[in-house]
Amino acid sequence: MQVLQSFAIRAGYAVILLVAVLVLNFSMMHLAPGDVADTISQSMGGADQELLDQIRADYGLDQPFYIQLGHYIGGVLQFDLGFSFFYNQPVTELILQRLPATLLLVITAQLLALFIGVIMGVISARKPNGILSHFVTFLALFGYAAPVFWTGILLLIAFSLKVQWFPVAGMQDVTIEGGFWAHFIDVARHMALPVVTLGSLFLALYSRLARATMMETLGSDFVRTAKAKGLSTNQVVYKHALKNSLSPVITLAGLQFSAVISGAVLVEAVFSWPGLGTLAFQSIIARDTPTILGILFFSALVVIVGNLLTDLALRLVDPRVGGKG
Amino acid sequence: MALLSVKNLQIEIKTRAGVAPVIDDLSFDLEAGESLSFVGESGCGKSMTALALMGLLPEGVGSVAAGSITFDGEELTTATETRLREIRGNDISMIFQEPMTSLNPLFTIGEQIAEVLRAHQNLSRKAAWNQAIELLDAVRIPNAKARVNDYPFQMSGGQRQRVMIAIALACQPKILIADEPTTALDVTVQAQIFDLLQDMRRQTDSSIILITHDMGAVAEMAERMIVMYAGRKAELGPVEDVIANPRHPYTAGLISCVPHILSTLTEEREKLVEVPGIVPPLNDFGKDSCLFASRCQQAQAQCLEARPPEIEFGPEHQSACWRAQEL
Repeated sequence: MQVLQSFAIRAGYAVILLVAVLVLNFSMMHLAPGDVADTISQSMGGADQELLDQIRADYGLDQPFYIQLGHYIGGVLQFDLGFSFFYNQPVTELILQRLPATLLLVITAQLLALFIGVIMGVISARKPNGILSHFVTFLALFGYAAPVFWTGILLLIAFSLKVQWFPVAGMQDVTIEGGFWAHFIDVARHMALPVVTLGSLFLALYSRLARATMMETLGSDFVRTAKAKGLSTNQVVYKHALKNSLSPVITLAGLQFSAVISGAVLVEAVFSWPGLGTLAFQSIIARDTPTILGILFFSALVVIVGNLLTDLALRLVDPRVGGKG
Repeated sequence: MALLSVKNLQIEIKTRAGVAPVIDDLSFDLEAGESLSFVGESGCGKSMTALALMGLLPEGVGSVAAGSITFDGEELTTATETRLREIRGNDISMIFQEPMTSLNPLFTIGEQIAEVLRAHQNLSRKAAWNQAIELLDAVRIPNAKARVNDYPFQMSGGQRQRVMIAIALACQPKILIADEPTTALDVTVQAQIFDLLQDMRRQTDSSIILITHDMGAVAEMAERMIVMYAGRKAELGPVEDVIANPRHPYTAGLISCVPHILSTLTEEREKLVEVPGIVPPLNDFGKDSCLFASRCQQAQAQCLEARPPEIEFGPEHQSACWRAQEL
């Protein structure tokens, strides 16, 4: 019960945080020079002052700032993020079309990086001078140093052009026919390179942290107790030590979630992945304010939900976090 | 035949300066049901001996270089890891000195007790859990049925040490090694833990190896004692005999260090006594001399030239001191 209650309190804070993000985003966009009317007139090849005023009146841009803000927040509360003149579509609809692709990419990359990172960390912690251990150190250095878009382009050249194992861009091949599995395999093939690109950076982070915490845990008193009980090596390592090493990794993964999202923007641009990142990129170029604001709002939403889930995961792993005591 | 027999045990650990014998030529026997105590300052090799008996010397750092450990007729120094795992926690179990950190913080104490039962006694989950409740009750944790679901952070230090005792005694081991089990606890709790250990020992008929630097605990708990100094056996004998009539200057020093409450200070016992100096550094451990000589007021030239042999005094009483006869 207590867990539910504190979760509800956190969810309440999250809503307040979201509104704050909305206000901030909107204010910043408002402060930036130029508005939708300028862009529209530009795309029309220019317009006189009268027409500009007309457009501003149509979009409600002649209203004072706080009225515009009020309208916007009022709209968002009804799941209406405005209308994109560039895509000629309601922003909410536009984003909901693109969101699944991004979530698929981001969550796969994050989970894969976590899973493989923890396994590599555990194995290398058990043999601190083994080959894998040195590889983890090297990977960490590489992951920190190499920019995501560079890794992406490199992988593209190597595995899509030189050896043509994976498709160059997009999310699926429209010519593919067949049932669910045919499409599943097709999407998986398209996903491979973007996921590896996005995951590599975080894999480096997680494997290094997992290695460090695991080494510390393996030297702790309760691991010695577990050995003294006569438990098998697997039980000592994977039951007693691993569970105690997970908390820091989960915490880091939660903190990194926002970085994964912003990394996704670059990766999506490189691989033309039809997600939010590509949409953000295009709408920034097109000065499509409502769409940019909408994407910022959804990114904030995803990060906040990610943090809530992290919190929940920590509670599940460690009884000392919140709860009884 | 003795239950446990250690002969000429030599344990070496790797240091930056080279290999040092942290246990040097140690021999002793432990009879079934007996209570034996190891005494000495920190760094004298008491805990190393315990870890060697369990086969838990720190991997890649410490190893048995020579000698034998025979348990119930079975050689342990050459036993396979699988066989050692069967023995650990089942035939020989151990309580550590840090109850605050020796339990896994993320599992209920019930699980941590039941786990050892499942590993060695082939009990079902339910049977092991029920026995865990009985064990908690046996180590006098009130309301065991409810507390079995608690996590270690919800218990006090004394309660955690009781849980450790319950884990160690779950499979009714033949030998229980208690490595300074009360060092981290309050004085009042210490007495309760010793009481509990005595009772449990009587019930399960286990032998106890008690490692401590608390002379009071030795007098209360043990029948025989071994005084260790710098990895070597300084003195061995029945507790009363050794305390009343120490045959090694180090033993005498340790006994005089026990704080006491007296209204009048006598000439023999001043306020607080200490053994001057410290245990020699590890790279001196292998030397062919008496390692205590630098701190000993009785030291002679001979003490610095050769390692003293273990001399017998009457039944069961040995001392490794060149001047033992004169003391």
